[in-house]
Amino acid sequence: MSTPVTESAPIPARPLPATYRSTKVRRQRVRAAWYFLAPMLVTLAMVAGWPLLRTFYFSLTDASLSDLSDTLFIGLENYLVYDDGRWFGVLADPIWWRAVWNTVYFSVVSVSLEVVFGVVVALILNAEFKGRTLVRAAVLIPWAIPTIVSAQMWAWMLNDQFGIINHLLMGVGLIDSPIAWTADARYSMWAVIMVDVWKTTPFVALLVLAALQMLPKDCYEAAEVDGIHPVKVFFRVTLPLITPALMVAVIFRLLDALRVFDVIYVLTSNSTSTMSMSIYARQQLVEFQDVGYGSAASTLLFLIIALATIAYLYLGRKQLQLGGE
Amino acid sequence: MTSRQLSKLTARLGFWLLVALVVVMAVFPFYYAIKTSFTPSGDLFRVELWPTRATLANYLQIFSQRSFLQAIFNSVVVATSVVFIALLLGITASYALGRVRFRGRTTVLLVILGVSMFPQVAVLSGLFEVIRALNLYNNPGGLILSYTIFTLPFTVWVLTTFMRQLPLELEEAAIMDGATPWVTITKVFLPLMWPAMATTGLLAFIAAWNEFLFALTFTLTDSQRTVPVAIALLSGGSAYELPWAPIMAASVVVTVPLVILVIIFQRRIVSGLTAGAVKG
Repeated sequence: MSTPVTESAPIPARPLPATYRSTKVRRQRVRAAWYFLAPMLVTLAMVAGWPLLRTFYFSLTDASLSDLSDTLFIGLENYLVYDDGRWFGVLADPIWWRAVWNTVYFSVVSVSLEVVFGVVVALILNAEFKGRTLVRAAVLIPWAIPTIVSAQMWAWMLNDQFGIINHLLMGVGLIDSPIAWTADARYSMWAVIMVDVWKTTPFVALLVLAALQMLPKDCYEAAEVDGIHPVKVFFRVTLPLITPALMVAVIFRLLDALRVFDVIYVLTSNSTSTMSMSIYARQQLVEFQDVGYGSAASTLLFLIIALATIAYLYLGRKQLQLGGE
Repeated sequence: MTSRQLSKLTARLGFWLLVALVVVMAVFPFYYAIKTSFTPSGDLFRVELWPTRATLANYLQIFSQRSFLQAIFNSVVVATSVVFIALLLGITASYALGRVRFRGRTTVLLVILGVSMFPQVAVLSGLFEVIRALNLYNNPGGLILSYTIFTLPFTVWVLTTFMRQLPLELEEAAIMDGATPWVTITKVFLPLMWPAMATTGLLAFIAAWNEFLFALTFTLTDSQRTVPVAIALLSGGSAYELPWAPIMAASVVVTVPLVILVIIFQRRIVSGLTAGAVKG
């Protein structure tokens, strides 16, 4: 794993002319570089490195939120233990597996929809038309709205009795009685996905738009002269060229979706039919005060995300190599 | 009209319908929240697209709550401090990462990228302990500290990208004149970095303003909460009927400034987001 996201790996700094090398100036610069990095690295160690290690450690103890200092090392018991003829631990908890399934389902469906809609919106914004700036500003609005607020706004629109969505759907005759979107297990996951897609499609659209605007114009002129159908041009020319940008958008969104918390927390609170891994872990940690058990769930989530990242980067690089070279 | 003209017309019509659909989809929920925020609570059960009667009562109600004003104040303090710290630490770090070649540079960049991919809940228990040890539990200071976990990597990453694009000659001239790296940063690069800093600062501000998980977990009392938590918990009042109109009024209050900022700075935001992700 040398360079994670291939496209976003920074280009190497331009070397200074040879005369500077191995001189006093150069040594001074390198020393200064570390001084300049130190505050940032110390901060990251304090808020990320050390807490992560402690979380790993807590997952092997019976720590409780009320007193974190009084802990007993219990090995892997929070993960899985066979006791008195039954299996216990996170890995034996059907609710945990439900949360894993929910999270994966949510991530795959919402990211797929966001990519499709994002590309469509980006293609629209890339076309020349009057009022394009206004449309782009309008498209950015969902992205600017805090997740909590968008969840509340949709919770109100999806309200079973006074929600406008039910009202409109009944108005056009699609449904004949109001649906409890966020409370009914059959619909709540789709409600969550809908809100997430609404909120984050602009982000994908922006990344794709940036890629579209860097495309060479001459291909399209040539295609137009040859009279090739635009749909064919899109799949043969545009899509392969924007694939790297799409892959960056997908990894960003996927990592975000796998750790989803706030949309689900506000829309459906702790309902098991939509519970994500983050919600499960936080519930154990904070509400049930069981830091050891919750940390075990957090550690598993961390491992799942790390594995997903590595797998994605590996597959992505392979695909890019096949497609690019 | 020939069939060629007809198909061209249909294509144009279809395109405009698509544009209209995208705009309505993007704007309508926000419009509806604004509309609801002006609706008298008695009219809430009448579902309508345009308000027949408008009232400011919902706004008066939320602004008369001390805890809501306090939450806005807390959010402003936390988000501003986070932006300040992220930019301060980010600008020096990005100079080192963008302009100096040294051993371990790639490793540092990878660590930063790795941190930005963390699931927040994975550090929750460890960070909780750190915050308690520093006596920052139920205190905006704890939030300021914890928010650097997502603002700092992002800021460093984007600023490094911008730092790289500055011309080499500037720095050579500074070195020739005997300027130390610190002088080079503050006197030579800083004046050129303002646009990049404004962009990253704004994005960091938005991220800090919107954060929910840490704010929910590391605060306990109404007086220490930030606005996302305040709005999420407004709904916790009664299981039977939620105060939807005041919730929407509060939502509009915390969102309108962001939407205006985003629309004013949209060009910069697009370049900032893509610099962090695509161009590298």
